[in-house]
Amino acid sequence: MTDKTKLAVGQEAIETFGWLRAHRFLLLRRASQAFFLVLFLLGPWFGIWWVKGNLSGSLTFNILPLTDPFIALQGLMAGHWPELTALIGAIIVGAVYALIGGRVYCSWVCPINPVTDGAHWVHDKLGLQKGWQPKRTTRFWVMGMVLVASVATGTIAWEFVNPISMLHRGLIFGMGFAWTFVIAVFLFDVFVSRRGWCGHLCPVGAFYGLLGSKSVVRISAVERAACDDCMDCFAVCPEMQVITPALRGKEGDTPLILSPDCTNCGRCIDVCAMDVFKFTTRFDDTHAPAREQRKRTQPATGASKAA
Amino acid sequence: MSAAKSKPKSMDRRRFLQDAARGATGCAVAGIALSQFISDARALPAQAIRPPGALDENDFLAACIRCGLCVRDCPYDTLKLAELGYDGPATGTPFFTARDVPCEMCEDIPCVVACPTGALDKGLTNIDDADMGLAVLIDQERCLNALGLRCDVCYRVCPVIDEAISLERRHNERSGHHAIFMPVVHSDKCTGCGKCEKSCVLPGEAAIKVLPRRLAMAEAADHYKLGWEENNPLVDDLIDLPDRLPGPGTDNLVAPGGYAPDALPDPNMDGGFTPSFNLPGTGATKP
Ligand code: SF4
Ligand code: SF4
Ligand code: SF4
Ligand code: SF4
Repeated sequence: MTDKTKLAVGQEAIETFGWLRAHRFLLLRRASQAFFLVLFLLGPWFGIWWVKGNLSGSLTFNILPLTDPFIALQGLMAGHWPELTALIGAIIVGAVYALIGGRVYCSWVCPINPVTDGAHWVHDKLGLQKGWQPKRTTRFWVMGMVLVASVATGTIAWEFVNPISMLHRGLIFGMGFAWTFVIAVFLFDVFVSRRGWCGHLCPVGAFYGLLGSKSVVRISAVERAACDDCMDCFAVCPEMQVITPALRGKEGDTPLILSPDCTNCGRCIDVCAMDVFKFTTRFDDTHAPAREQRKRTQPATGASKAA
Repeated sequence: MSAAKSKPKSMDRRRFLQDAARGATGCAVAGIALSQFISDARALPAQAIRPPGALDENDFLAACIRCGLCVRDCPYDTLKLAELGYDGPATGTPFFTARDVPCEMCEDIPCVVACPTGALDKGLTNIDDADMGLAVLIDQERCLNALGLRCDVCYRVCPVIDEAISLERRHNERSGHHAIFMPVVHSDKCTGCGKCEKSCVLPGEAAIKVLPRRLAMAEAADHYKLGWEENNPLVDDLIDLPDRLPGPGTDNLVAPGGYAPDALPDPNMDGGFTPSFNLPGTGATKP
């Protein structure tokens, strides 16, 4: 552990590269989230119907059908074989995320992400304990439960409560009391469980994670030898367990972050003053020498700052 | 991982089993809660009408992904996606309220064409075959036509005029010498579009309302034979059934010319029956 560990997260990167560069992926991500929302709102707000529908299913330029593959899967489990349009839409969406990283959906598209990021910010400001931290596998259990519930009830089960569609559809078609689901997620993340929803429970994130487990676009800790243990990447990463194997890997271990939990949000790139991380593909085999092993610094200490 | 590996195997297995049990229990509880919530949330209120071609409600909730493309392509803004907390169907599913905006029965049925999943059945190509519900003249005390006036609005706006609603002439008992033109809906032709409900001139609620067929229709009384319906093969058989009570002085087929209490037809046999009362003076006892 170094003195830098105690600096605010990203402080050093801001000093080295300037605020803008130390936030570029955050800004890009917010822009992308806004873009996907505004795209759907152009119609109802301005009468420009480039895109119709919502994240569950849409039609772009009257030709490109898109369907949420997790919803399509639940429909299949519930016993409905959809029309070709919805199937093609689900295959397109599935293929894209399988290629660019399943949980890219989480950090670049999902409208709940700004909500849980906001909750995390408040949680930090209030200096709260991390609270309930269920197992890493919990979200897969939840996903399995949703699929079983779809079979058992013969409905697309998660759509009865899914805060993502509640929010997205609510903004586009009318909210009703759907905001209560969003507030619930927010409060849960602030007071009950740090990064609880997206990090541990959301079955949609779990599904996309699985979908992208062999995805091509990946983050690599290619300059890991330069790491000076400031721990900022661990602090900023919503799924910090994914960093350790790559950053702290031994000589010969891949510097690629291959865990499907990684959301490709790029925040580690932002906050690292040593420019350790970069976007690349899973086929990138640039030689990345490991850091020289330091005795007293274990990943666990880093995690404790982040945690 | 390396830490886990160094632990004895049995510890590992025990942890694994514990975790699995905990996970499974948690999921079972959450799953039951979710299913329970779903069974509450799926209730379809009677005044919420699904778009044309909508599958049967159970299948509909397996099919509809709540994308709202049907809503977007409806040129009359008839359809809405249900919002949470209002008296609608399952949140995010499409429906309309006839008294607000009825379905105009577009010839090209754009809502069905737009649906990517088949929740609105592509098999519906002729809007006259749509079956969104069934109009019912529900308040016969206030319907103006039923009162003997000539309103006729529902009859005249009906896109399937004279087939889905007809005006049936009846005697006006109140005045004694006028007619009542009673609007009568015919279930085989009514599409449930709700134009009649929308146009009913009464303030507030309409006297004629579209209801889901499950509420609006009874099951046919198949055990009654409608003798006036042509080509009913059962009618011929019916003629031979006993139509008189056995008793003295009747041409009783069981005991011709007289009454024999123990010769009553066996109630279980074809055409047999048990008298529901005692003929006076016959001494027969009620079973
Ligand atoms: S985990 Fe779920 S809610 Fe969170 S960003 Fe991913 S899909 Fe959205
Ligand atoms: S038939 Fe026409 S008016 Fe009726 S719901 Fe469909 S699109 Fe709307
Ligand atoms: S278009 Fe089909 S799937 Fe989409 S909301 Fe309408 S009925 Fe449901
Ligand atoms: S709902 Fe009314 S207007 Fe529409 S077809 Fe039936 S009787 Fe006619």
